[in-house]
Amino acid sequence: MKRIKGGEEDGHGPPSGSPPEACKKVRTQASEESEAAGASDAPVSDWARLPQELLLHIFQYLPLLDRAYASQVGRRWNQTFHMPELWRCFEFELNQPASSYLKATHPDLIKQIIKRHSNHLQYVSFKVDSSTESAEAACDILSQLVNCSLKTLGLISTARPSFMEVPKSHFISALTVVFVNSKSLSSLKIDDTPVDDPSLKVLVANNSDTLKLLKMSSCPHVSPAGILCVADQCHGLRELALNYHLLSDELLLALSSEKHVHLEHLRIDVVSENPGQHFHTIKRSSWDAMVRHSPKFNLVMYFFLYEDEFGPFFNEEVPVTHLYFGRSVSKEVLGRVGLHCPRLVELVVCANGLRPLDEELIRIAKHCTQLSAIGLGECEVSCSAFVEFVKMCGRRLSQLSIMEEVLIPDNKYSLDEIHWEVSKHLGRVWFPDMMPTWVPFCDQWRSSIPWKKQAAPWLHQKGACTSGLT
Amino acid sequence: MVTNSIHWFRKGLRLHDNPSLADSLLGADTVRCVYILDPWFAGSSNVGIHRWRFLLQSLQDLDSSLRKHHSRLFVIRGQPTDVFPRLFKEWNTSRLSYEYDSEPFGKERDAAIRKLACEAGVEVTVRVSHTLYDPDRIIELNGGQSPLTYKRFQTLIGRMESVEMPAESVADDVMGKCRTPMSEDHDDKFGVPSLEELGFDTEGLSSAVWPGGETEALARLERHLERKAWVANFERPRMNANSLLASPTGLSPYLRFGCLSCRLFYFKLTDLYMKVKKNSSPPLSLYGQLLWREFFYTAATNNPRFDKMESNPICVQIPWDRDPEALAKWAEGRTGFPWIDAIMTQLRREGWIHHLARHAVACFLTRGDLWIGWEEGMKVFEELLLDADWSVNAGSWMWLSCSSFFQQFFHCYCPVGFGRRADPNGDYIRRYLPILRGFPAEYIYDPWNAPESVQKAAECVIGVHYPKPMVNHAHASRLNIERMKQIYQQLSCCRGFGEETHTHTHTHTHTNTHSRPAVDRQPSVSLASERCGLCLTGPGLRKRHSEDAADGKSAKVQRRGAL
Repeated sequence: MKRIKGGEEDGHGPPSGSPPEACKKVRTQASEESEAAGASDAPVSDWARLPQELLLHIFQYLPLLDRAYASQVGRRWNQTFHMPELWRCFEFELNQPASSYLKATHPDLIKQIIKRHSNHLQYVSFKVDSSTESAEAACDILSQLVNCSLKTLGLISTARPSFMEVPKSHFISALTVVFVNSKSLSSLKIDDTPVDDPSLKVLVANNSDTLKLLKMSSCPHVSPAGILCVADQCHGLRELALNYHLLSDELLLALSSEKHVHLEHLRIDVVSENPGQHFHTIKRSSWDAMVRHSPKFNLVMYFFLYEDEFGPFFNEEVPVTHLYFGRSVSKEVLGRVGLHCPRLVELVVCANGLRPLDEELIRIAKHCTQLSAIGLGECEVSCSAFVEFVKMCGRRLSQLSIMEEVLIPDNKYSLDEIHWEVSKHLGRVWFPDMMPTWVPFCDQWRSSIPWKKQAAPWLHQKGACTSGLT
Repeated sequence: MVTNSIHWFRKGLRLHDNPSLADSLLGADTVRCVYILDPWFAGSSNVGIHRWRFLLQSLQDLDSSLRKHHSRLFVIRGQPTDVFPRLFKEWNTSRLSYEYDSEPFGKERDAAIRKLACEAGVEVTVRVSHTLYDPDRIIELNGGQSPLTYKRFQTLIGRMESVEMPAESVADDVMGKCRTPMSEDHDDKFGVPSLEELGFDTEGLSSAVWPGGETEALARLERHLERKAWVANFERPRMNANSLLASPTGLSPYLRFGCLSCRLFYFKLTDLYMKVKKNSSPPLSLYGQLLWREFFYTAATNNPRFDKMESNPICVQIPWDRDPEALAKWAEGRTGFPWIDAIMTQLRREGWIHHLARHAVACFLTRGDLWIGWEEGMKVFEELLLDADWSVNAGSWMWLSCSSFFQQFFHCYCPVGFGRRADPNGDYIRRYLPILRGFPAEYIYDPWNAPESVQKAAECVIGVHYPKPMVNHAHASRLNIERMKQIYQQLSCCRGFGEETHTHTHTHTHTNTHSRPAVDRQPSVSLASERCGLCLTGPGLRKRHSEDAADGKSAKVQRRGAL
């Protein structure tokens, strides 16, 4: 019941015939039948007489396995099972028992799809576990998709990036089969794959008019020139995800050329490949061009760097809107974020050093006037500074996810008080995030110094800083 | 008519606050306290030697306490279903008592025994005393469903009647009125077995860091409260280098085996708080850690699949990797991350680790680095941890692996930074991994980054004397955060990849968003949902709010379609 309700709410209308009409039809049909057969007959056979459009509608709410069972009821249900509408979207799940707990799409079903439904497929994804065999199986299927016209293709590694283990030539030839045969590909998700520059050229040659989304983070065989070629030719490209080493001033200028549509999302992963790596910088003028061309675009940046690798970042204004620090990030860098990221909407700091982030947060609250979501993991903030931060941002903070351990009680607020205080400023009930404490009462006894004494020196510093800023 | 009672000990290995035992004694002519132990099970079970030792010590202690009341403990070898019909006949039993066990396996076993007792005309007395509240009452108050968030649970607790006072300790005047019939050869027939008798090799076994038994538990409780009174600090303690070590005031294994009553603890803590804080009423957070335990018991009681991913209605189906080799490295402390390896070494050696250390290794095994299923980790903990309750253990693993109870999955622990924050000096590492003793604090959490000269000076070359790190944490966490986002995206919208989810306007609850037609999942493909992970856990956040708002009802995580 819920399923149907949800479908209606979402306004995703059924593809053919609206339910009330279909219902009416089946009712009249059924009553005619029963009149003919005598009113008291058990209506067992009525199920078989459901009009196909209604059956199709019902089938759309069923998982594939249930549809498959239902198809065994009779010929008409079996015909419905094979209707193209039900095969536009398909997710191939390729798992090996040795490397996954989940079930795989049955090989017979795969065969049947390739034989009977490959021309119906439009939105296809492959979910592949950590084994190379699964990734190779995915490539084998891809290379058989010759007579289909895909709009969406996603290659998803669910555990480790197993496409990287497939011989590159095998992968490329399979992928280009799709590029060449599907002339209207609009979305392509190929993160963590051995895709390379020549294969992107094939993509551009065949799909440049339709490509809107390209997600290719961590594809080590693509060069900045390769992605530049895509940006130059595919003027409808609105969403792009790639690694920082592919990002260049030229790329940003190409994306902000007159011929190009407004960019909506640009996601950049900044990943440290080896310790001490040096990162290039992007000119401020290039970012400015981008913002002028697409004033509303989201720039999402994920950082997975060692603390000492942040040198080239945030020294000048960056139009970043969503910032994610996956590893430890220093106070200093967060301080720079507060100064140079005026478009910031969302900030996640997974970890920081041992010193509290009081001044940094307050600076961010002051300068990042769009900020509406923040998450803090392994960091420390004094309760006073946190309350101040929330007060400055107020109700625009729609997401506030702070680990309980992050908040250091001080002489103004205890942990119990802070939840009230923050709730007050947010205008809604708020609690810090908690991890289960698992074992009751195994606390230390040795640390004879209660935390308040330990925290005292910080409180002094904080007091000085916060009063200076507010 | 003569009343012959049997009290059956399982958990609840104590004489204080033991209401079912007290009931059993009331008006009885004879009483026999039994513990049923399957010696064949001992060798083959996945319960490790430390837990067996703790159990046997607790039984010894129980036996010696009973002796003081001119009684004894009867340890009976066998299976309960085989043992009881025989005992009922042999001892002419009229009454059987035991503590209520809320866990699905326990409920099933107890139902079978109750049936046997009925058939034999034996009256059965059962009382709740392992938890503060009767989990079924909490569920009833929540409209028949287990609360899925801790916040919701706390709200319900606030509406529950107050915790029942602990029962009087079994004392001589009660015990004196009923006799325990004993034979000369009691020790031979019913004595507490030794580890050797159970087939364990005890050579080289160091003495117990956590000695089992009620006597030890009560002594620890006193010390624990004295400590708290002296510090006069009831806040949640912050982790530091010392708290990582086993403490003589730690109570968790004693609560697990029921050597200590959680209600006694609850009331002693309340009394102390009132005394120190001059009669101000204690906040709920005072009992935080006890309530977590209660939360997981409540969540598990009606879910026999609580410790599995498959067919567990509250568990998100995550495509974990199956990798026995990596799992073994983790379990045996050979990951190459000193912080992780030291924790696993302490766990194996002593049977206990700090709860934040548990978070660290659980996160590392599952969503943080190795992407291995939480069930595997849970099994290792079950073998090694003294205080591994079935409900609490499975529940915590689900929570930490972001498989249930909803949580922001960006809260990941770094296997280098987290330890360094807790113990900047690295003394904890040196204690449990002496091979790394020579490294300076600067490198002790990431010795692979130490220059060759430092490694040589430390007499420990990484890759030779101590393993290189088994994963690149930066890469692994990037991949895993993507994996998690994918799963939660699908859960929240159940459409293809990267579809539009406007967090801020999105108000669907879990069940509703999941209900889109299976085939209609499509194509408004966008990176909008590829933001920082914060928004993506939106479903979790929204879910939590909706549960807290919707009084009484709690939706379940829907499992994905069958294929």
